[in-house]
Amino acid sequence: MPSPFNLIEGDRQQKGGEKRSETAGRWQHDSMQKMLTIISNVLRGSASRHGAQVVSEAASMVASSRSYADFTPEATFDIKKVDLHRLEEGPPLTATLTREEGLKYYRTMQTIRRMELKADQLYKQKIIRGFCHLYDGQEACAVGIEGGITLSDHLITAYRAHGYTLTRGGTVREIMAELTGRRGGIAKGKGGSMHMYTKNFYGGNGIVGAQVPLGAGVALACKYLGNDQLCVSLYGDGAANQGQIFETYNMSSLWKLPIIFICENNQYGMGTSVERSSASTEYYKRGDYIPGLRVDGMDVLCVREATKFAADHCRSGKGPILMELQTYRYHGHSMSDPGVSYRTREEIQEVRSKSDPISMLKDRMLSNNMASIEELKEIDIAVRKEIEDAAQFATTDPEPPLDDLCSHIFANDQPFEVRAATPWTKLTSTS
Amino acid sequence: MVVLEVSPISTEELWSSVSDHRVLGHLPDQGISLLSAQFGRVASSRKSLGVSKRLPLYNDGSHCSLGPSMLQKCFGTRPQICVNVRDALNQAMDEELERDERVFLLGEEVAQYDGAYKVSRGLWKKYGDKRIIDTPITEMGFAGIAVGAAFAGLRPICEFMTWNFSMQAIDQVINSAAKTYYMSAGAQPVPIVFRGPNGSSAGVAAQHSQCFAAWYGHCPGLKVVSPWNSEDARGLLKAAIRDDNPVVFLENELMYGVPFDLSEDVMQKDFVIPIGKAKVERRGTHITLVSHSRCVGFCLDAASVLAKEGVECEVVNLRTIRPLDVDTIEASVMKTGHLVTVEGGWPQYGVGAEICARVMEGPAFNYLDAPAVRVTGVDIPMPYAKILEDHSVPQIKDIIFSVKKVLNM
Repeated sequence: MPSPFNLIEGDRQQKGGEKRSETAGRWQHDSMQKMLTIISNVLRGSASRHGAQVVSEAASMVASSRSYADFTPEATFDIKKVDLHRLEEGPPLTATLTREEGLKYYRTMQTIRRMELKADQLYKQKIIRGFCHLYDGQEACAVGIEGGITLSDHLITAYRAHGYTLTRGGTVREIMAELTGRRGGIAKGKGGSMHMYTKNFYGGNGIVGAQVPLGAGVALACKYLGNDQLCVSLYGDGAANQGQIFETYNMSSLWKLPIIFICENNQYGMGTSVERSSASTEYYKRGDYIPGLRVDGMDVLCVREATKFAADHCRSGKGPILMELQTYRYHGHSMSDPGVSYRTREEIQEVRSKSDPISMLKDRMLSNNMASIEELKEIDIAVRKEIEDAAQFATTDPEPPLDDLCSHIFANDQPFEVRAATPWTKLTSTS
Repeated sequence: MVVLEVSPISTEELWSSVSDHRVLGHLPDQGISLLSAQFGRVASSRKSLGVSKRLPLYNDGSHCSLGPSMLQKCFGTRPQICVNVRDALNQAMDEELERDERVFLLGEEVAQYDGAYKVSRGLWKKYGDKRIIDTPITEMGFAGIAVGAAFAGLRPICEFMTWNFSMQAIDQVINSAAKTYYMSAGAQPVPIVFRGPNGSSAGVAAQHSQCFAAWYGHCPGLKVVSPWNSEDARGLLKAAIRDDNPVVFLENELMYGVPFDLSEDVMQKDFVIPIGKAKVERRGTHITLVSHSRCVGFCLDAASVLAKEGVECEVVNLRTIRPLDVDTIEASVMKTGHLVTVEGGWPQYGVGAEICARVMEGPAFNYLDAPAVRVTGVDIPMPYAKILEDHSVPQIKDIIFSVKKVLNM
């Protein structure tokens, strides 16, 4: 099966020859890097730095508080050109990344990655049950989008939502405890994998496509209240054919709602490849009269720049804009799908080795001396610990009390009686 | 019963007023109503007229037959205003739009057309494009947009031109609106009202005549109301708009033009009817009729006819389908020992079926002297030809027939 990422690979090969390209003189950079690190370590004399305890407790603080003269504080990267639809100009062809941003994106993507892999583990141990749609491979989308908007903007997505729950302010602990259905979960165990909410994040929606008009409604509220905020409304390649999405394109354009439609095209809607589901696979053009961008969704900087561009478009009152992020999921559709009956293992492996978003960022930072391998390893260790702690919490926190069974039916209401399984049992609902 | 001092009037005056009255709404509930408290004998004692000294009022005066001027004269009560259901809804929306800036209305033809059934007449002129929004014919899309707006803190009123079209959007009503507060464990309330005409109309045939009370009444997380008269329409719509939860508001097209007299109390800006409380429209002792929406009127008409044969029906106007006011129904059944439910919708798995099941499962069962029975729409898609249509819906004669059967008359 041909790689779905022909576009991406081809373009990346063309980048060779530029000054800061990761392909040029790489091995030289690496050895230099290692030497510099060793020297700086000796000079600082902090031999205990490698102690696991110290590292794990202080890793993030250490990583960000380092301001060694030998690290590049900021670098500009060439990013892939974006395909445009009904736009004269697109996002810039370069992106500037600061060391802090890089470390932050790295850490967040790594956290999502490890969190999803831990969820996979817990699911196989039957500690997580029901639906579990994992996001590993697509981390650059969630992190890049958040990099282009602020937390006072709004976001809504479908069911592959754990990554967004994190980037929108949720903690790994509450996400994992929600997956295991415990009272410490972000929805107190009432929602599960597909129904997680935080401030300005409206889930987590189980019905394919329904979240798109909801997102437009949030955007309508932004416009109504005049608060200069916008709403990012995500959907997948599978949902892209839903009628209600086209209804939403229409109304958003008519009313010039501040909405960014984002199609996360991971090439497969459950087990159906894009060629088999869509007469037109150019999802960025499907908005017709809505301007569109097709973006490399495996490059966090591409995603960020495109999102910034789209956000500017919305905030200037021009109405909706559509972004297609070309991305890939390593897992199957959900935990009940091994993910290899409709695609080959080779394909998955190829994407992992050539286009992994975390590796891409890591390589960029290392080859431009923006961080050291040790530093990144420390982040990895810290992330692993955070995930372990969260998993520990998620498996030991008690399940919700039975009193919660009928609560949260209505907001701001008097308690009322709820019909139980038999007429003799008395249950009460509280707000 | 207490008889107050009333200014003496002649019986002729009283009766002349009664004979040419219009249908009046009932007076606001004050426990025993003003009229019933005074209901006793008319001041006059002119037996020569051959009329009963008792006024033809029901025991609690819930359905007043005195004209406004007579009320004024007799009891010094304030005059009533005649308002049809359409205007009651219109005024309720107008007042709520004015009261809270977050309230807005969207739907097909609600703005420049003044509403497909003119329920939103004048609102666009007054409030403009921002708050009264015409949508394209895309129910699933605009219902979703309405719910999303509610997520983000606005208080939308989403109109379906008729509830039949809500089927296109039913996923947004149930999965996005009704369930979200629960799934989010209280983090995300959804203060939205879905409203529009429900049930059969006249000559609109099968696809435009379905009653959705049972469909929406089935779902936890929704409140479902079904007003009958103008007071219901006004009070319940205000309550629905002020409620922080999704409310399905089932109107009735054939009731839109029916006038009712509303007292000044009802016309107050903060007049709301609590959702979840039924109203006893007519007190009786022999049998309980439970109904909602337009059929309440039929029950009252049937009750008038039956009264001539000495059967006193108690008529309960549900007002709310969900949550169902089982207490009022049970209290009534425990008093009368007989129950007939009346609805326009289909029988299978309907509102009447639920009422009967609840009565079976509760204390009222022991007071039943006969099985409870349902009067419903005929179990067919609605035909077009008038003679067929007339025979597809419950008629007054069906109610009378059922009452007599249940009472073994």
